[in-house]
Amino acid sequence: MTSADTISSETIDVSVWRGGAEGRYETFAVPLRQNQTILDVVTWIQRNADPTLSYRFACRVGMCGSCAMTVNGRPRWTCRTHVSKVVENGKVELGPLANLPVIKDLAADMTSFFEKWQKADGAFVPSKTRHDPIEEILPNTPARIEASAAIECINCGICFAACDTVRWQDEYLGPAALNRAWTLVNDERDAGKSDRLRAVAAAGGCHACHSHQSCEQHCPQKLNPTASIAGLKRLTMHAYLRGDL
Amino acid sequence: MSANDGLGAKTQLRAGTAYRRDWLWVAAFVHRLSGIGLAIFLPMHFLALGLAIEGEASLDGFLKWTQNPMVKIAEVGLVALLTLHLLGGIRVLLIENMTWQPGQKSMAIAAVAVSILVGLLLAVYLF
Ligand code: SF4
Ligand code: SF4
Ligand code: FES
Repeated sequence: MTSADTISSETIDVSVWRGGAEGRYETFAVPLRQNQTILDVVTWIQRNADPTLSYRFACRVGMCGSCAMTVNGRPRWTCRTHVSKVVENGKVELGPLANLPVIKDLAADMTSFFEKWQKADGAFVPSKTRHDPIEEILPNTPARIEASAAIECINCGICFAACDTVRWQDEYLGPAALNRAWTLVNDERDAGKSDRLRAVAAAGGCHACHSHQSCEQHCPQKLNPTASIAGLKRLTMHAYLRGDL
Repeated sequence: MSANDGLGAKTQLRAGTAYRRDWLWVAAFVHRLSGIGLAIFLPMHFLALGLAIEGEASLDGFLKWTQNPMVKIAEVGLVALLTLHLLGGIRVLLIENMTWQPGQKSMAIAAVAVSILVGLLLAVYLF
């Protein structure tokens, strides 16, 4: 570290959750630097103060979705959250992502998040084999436009942590899984549509969403799961009225 | 580790619900509250109307009863709640049944503003 990296000799107080479901907040004084991200802060603590600190990250550039944590009470992607944007009175509080069990420290157990992704039939079902010619997919059909608008999800779980329905209702599939299902029901190559509509119309599916938009407000990819879920509500309702569901 | 190494006392993991300070969350909350308010006040309103008519046994008596300031205030509140709940409900219906419209925050704020305005107008008319 050169002196040019530091703004001054200033530090910030970072309290970090230590332990599993039971634990405590531990406070570290971390030197303030220019353009420092929350992930930089966590890494600084692990390298300079306590090597036993557990947390998760991979790409550091907002692509892998693994670094999400609770920062001053809100779920955020830490590799692209600048300290200057979230620091409150020289303090930052970090915890694992909410609505998920804690493994240790800042690492939440994402199992239920991904299980719900499966439960929403979030896997693509091919309608062709490798022997068929490659299908031409036009980017400007209404369905493709809907799918493309919702496709850039990085599975970070931030929307899941910001959703009160997830918090209150164990079986609720959550915004990310339903958003994924929405991209697939709009994908003309997919062959699993009727099963998927059944999966998302079941209890804990799209109709449990209250349209709070907390998911949309927090999604770092600026996706709108609320709109996707509203789309699923309409599709499943039409399917029901047609007698397909 | 020593006692003063920065480790706080054993405590609960903070819930991470700061999103409940956001406008749209508050809008959903207020929508709920107005619904509960209506569920409580509407039966009381009808009961009071019924009792007033029955008790006084005349339209005159009822009309006098409606001049009671407390009754007026309650009616203003009721109408404001109704407007709020109606507009909030329309907003959710539009979200869920029509193509997405941006600017939901402004719409939620507008719904609150219109409800207050309706309440005020009624208050001016009544008092
Ligand atoms: S809009 Fe639906 S999915 Fe999004 S936060 Fe609200 S309840 Fe959860
Ligand atoms: S929808 Fe957004 S917030 Fe939710 S998992 Fe995907 S990228 Fe993250
Ligand atoms: S580390 Fe990959 S998104 Fe933050």
